[in-house]
Amino acid sequence: MYKEYLTVSNIVGPLVIVEKIEDVKYGELVEIESGDGLFRRGSVLDVSTEKAIVQVFEGTFGLDVDKSRVRFLGRSQQLGVSEEIIGRIFDGSGRPKDRGPQIIAKKMLDITGSPINPDARDYPSEFIQTGISTIDGMNPLVRGQKLPLFSGSGLPHARIAAQIARQAAVLGKEEKFAVVFGGMGITFEEANFFIEDFRNTGALERAVLFLNLANEPPIERIATPRLALTCAEYLAFDLDMHVLVILVDMTFYAEALREISAARKEIPGRRGYPGYLYTDLASMYERAGRIKGKKGSITLIPILTMPEDDKTHPIADLTGYITEGQIMLSREIHRKGIYAPIDVLPSLSRLKDKGIGEGKTREDHADVLNQLFACYARGKEARELALILGEAALMDIDKLYLSFAGLFEDEFVRQGEFESRSIINTLDLGWKLLHTIPRKELKRIRPEYLEKYYSEEK
Amino acid sequence: MKQGKIIRVAGPLVVASECLGAKMYDMVKISELGLIGEIIELKEDMAFIQVYEDTTGIGPEEPVFLTGKPLSVELGPGLIGSIYDGIQRPLDVIRSQKGDFVTRGIELPPLDREKKWNFLPLVKQGQEVSPGDFLGEVEETPLVKHRIMVPYGSAGKIVEIKKGKFSIEEIVARIQTENGLKEMKMYQTWSIRKNREVYERLMPEEPLTTGQRVLDTLFPIAKGGTACVPGPFGSGKTVVQHQLAKWSDAQIIVFVACGERGNEVADLLLSFPDLKDPHTGRPLMERTIIIANTSNMPVAAREASIYTGMTLAEYYRDMGYSVALMADSSSRWAEALREISGRMEEMPGEEGYPAYLASRIAEFYERAGKVICLGSDRRMGALSVIGAVSPPGGDLSDPVVQSTLKVVKVFWALDDKLANMRHFPAINWLLSYSLYIENIKGFLKNQVAEDFIAIRQETMQLLEEESELQEIARLVGVESLSERERLILESSRSIREDFLHQNAFHPQDTYTSLRKQYLMLRTIIHFHHQGLRALEEGRSLDEIVNLEVREKISKMKFLPEEDSDMLEIYIEVDNTFKKLLQSKE
Repeated sequence: MYKEYLTVSNIVGPLVIVEKIEDVKYGELVEIESGDGLFRRGSVLDVSTEKAIVQVFEGTFGLDVDKSRVRFLGRSQQLGVSEEIIGRIFDGSGRPKDRGPQIIAKKMLDITGSPINPDARDYPSEFIQTGISTIDGMNPLVRGQKLPLFSGSGLPHARIAAQIARQAAVLGKEEKFAVVFGGMGITFEEANFFIEDFRNTGALERAVLFLNLANEPPIERIATPRLALTCAEYLAFDLDMHVLVILVDMTFYAEALREISAARKEIPGRRGYPGYLYTDLASMYERAGRIKGKKGSITLIPILTMPEDDKTHPIADLTGYITEGQIMLSREIHRKGIYAPIDVLPSLSRLKDKGIGEGKTREDHADVLNQLFACYARGKEARELALILGEAALMDIDKLYLSFAGLFEDEFVRQGEFESRSIINTLDLGWKLLHTIPRKELKRIRPEYLEKYYSEEK
Repeated sequence: MKQGKIIRVAGPLVVASECLGAKMYDMVKISELGLIGEIIELKEDMAFIQVYEDTTGIGPEEPVFLTGKPLSVELGPGLIGSIYDGIQRPLDVIRSQKGDFVTRGIELPPLDREKKWNFLPLVKQGQEVSPGDFLGEVEETPLVKHRIMVPYGSAGKIVEIKKGKFSIEEIVARIQTENGLKEMKMYQTWSIRKNREVYERLMPEEPLTTGQRVLDTLFPIAKGGTACVPGPFGSGKTVVQHQLAKWSDAQIIVFVACGERGNEVADLLLSFPDLKDPHTGRPLMERTIIIANTSNMPVAAREASIYTGMTLAEYYRDMGYSVALMADSSSRWAEALREISGRMEEMPGEEGYPAYLASRIAEFYERAGKVICLGSDRRMGALSVIGAVSPPGGDLSDPVVQSTLKVVKVFWALDDKLANMRHFPAINWLLSYSLYIENIKGFLKNQVAEDFIAIRQETMQLLEEESELQEIARLVGVESLSERERLILESSRSIREDFLHQNAFHPQDTYTSLRKQYLMLRTIIHFHHQGLRALEEGRSLDEIVNLEVREKISKMKFLPEEDSDMLEIYIEVDNTFKKLLQSKE
């Protein structure tokens, strides 16, 4: 039923060039049958009257020029969805990986999706309690936000992500929710960690996993996060669920994109990544959000490992420009043996302001947050100073800040992997630490809250 | 309509043959879906087209329809309060007709064709008119009188002028011109890539007040001026832009969200109808136009979006308004340019950006200015442009930042370090500059206070000294500084924390009038002077630093906009020092 082409002229990296084609469309899904009878899939990246450039998802290993048969399928890559998708594990191309049956699709969805009309967006304002003080207290997450974890190799981002998936809840509400997990280029052990954690906590029953492991074709990674997000859109906007999407590891995704770009001999941007990396990442990240009049929501936590902990690396940098803040992990705090090693100073949640305060968390939240930031920043400055001059040379007030920074890391940042602190506990803990600083130094807090929460005798 | 044939599709770039007769920057429609595109290169009979929508599913042999017209916007009543995408398609109407997601091939008129506007004529039959003259006006919103102007290129005698309720398609006037009788509707079209004509350009001499203390007092922008806000992510570019859109005293705001976050646009859309303009007390939406081409919307439309915004802004400037355009972020626009350029296989310049990047940026900012508009009344209008720049890694040597700095007169440098300390707005007072101080000096002296400039100067000097002293303190310890120097450190800290630091989310702190800014700063500087005197009189630094009035100074920003409160604190500073000096004598 489809025309078969035997006119492959060139195979380079993940790309196949097919000549003498007719009626091929941009973005079309392609099926390639190699000489040994194996099927692979790909999509059209560039088409002209003479030839089409096809990117092959499964890689071009073992393909040849003369025997490969190419079929153009007349549609773009799709994901079949139904309620039964929940609780299942798929590979990076959307095929079942858990020995379960194929999904009988109620709907076929294009995996690239369409942009949400900005006019249809509802502003995220529901506070999600993750039970982690450095997130809830300092960089609160709200429903519909995209908040990445910026990590480095060897840091416990997987444990933190799993803890968030386990503990995340909206205060005072019982609602349908689901976790969608997209793993790109991660190791078997890392994937297994998540599966086991989800299984042990019963979260697997309301999770959907798409896994492309490190030894699976890199090009498949281009599709994996899109499959996960398409699935999330279905759960959120068709089935009214609150969906938390975790994507690990965006660094491997971007590297796969670079591989294709290099094979196409495109003019590279920074560090060899294609100039359109921003747009490409945005086309995924921006799928998170809320829509007016819909119950469900998509909250997105992409995780990326920054090469050499460098946040100016293009992947981290461009991600930071698209997402609504970032949670930054710190090797320094990790070395001190503190879990969760989140460095609050360079971390940020842009959407916090509408998600906190009276009726959502507590009236004093915003002020306490700002004050803790300011005190900790000053404490760290004092710490640097003490390193050079010795602690004795510090002014009295700076000594107080210095000890505040230590206390902050030891009591506020440090917590158990299975410890879920309520936001009230977190804020009270913040006040307890602020009591070590004289009242007139606390300029970021409104007088009425100082009156209420800061008692001299403590 | 003339028709070409597609021969290549590569993402947002489509190449078509059989296009002889097409002109550069003509608008075309691609395939039966009618995707909108624009011709950006011609080569023999081939046209290179950037397409403003997703091209998935488009292939060779499909038709391209040549409209023969440049990509244009509609200018007329109904613009204010609207939200458009990069090529002026109304997103609110798209949503009500097509659902929550933006699909392809949508063609909707930017202006409402049905709505009736109450047209009041401002000319009489028989009167001679020239381009830019007001034919009449309609009340577009309670804040904006929309003047219907004689379009560029038409001049002559009014043969007929109507009065009453009309839709924009109805004829409201007829003019006898040299080339025959012309019928005037309430709207006109204009190519987005062409400047709108003005009579004469003037030097800006009035500040655009923004209610942001660090901007208005230290680094002001003039009405008709240009500014840029570069900074790494998380340093608060967007909050600065939003604050300007909310509080600046321009009469019309055009906000271009170019390749940025959807949720930020949602924030504007949801908060502007409720926020009140401090100058008029009316909802901000009644003076605002939003152009939203978020980062996941088609790249080529992002490229067009800032021109669309600019053309709308110029149109209101032509009516004699003071208009401010915010572009957030011009880096995304430059990246769109780079992406298209790369697909066309052009020779790249720095960082892969096309060689014409700098000239495009210069052309864009040069459309700002204070002008005498066309029209025989010689009215004045102003268009101020504030562009955010998002350099990779916050690196200011980025070509977009550098090209922008060459043309803009105000530089607000956002600083990662300040942002990490949660000092907002995180504008670095040592790096930033404004070249408008000389222009607006006269205005500030006359309208605010005679000594405003002097106090500003002293403030800058204190901050400068602070950074030098901090350097010394870091090397040899605070002890090595004299008490006088340590007072300078304390006073500049007070300037930073009590004056420059401003909380955009605090109801009172978010906006400060120029008058209050002056009073606040004057009090802080006054404390400094008194402190210096007390030191000379032999008082210790600790005594001065621990004075209770300092807590009041730090709370000034939360006080309402009343002169009396501020003056009271000023007097209290006086009295406290008097007491201090007397106490030991």
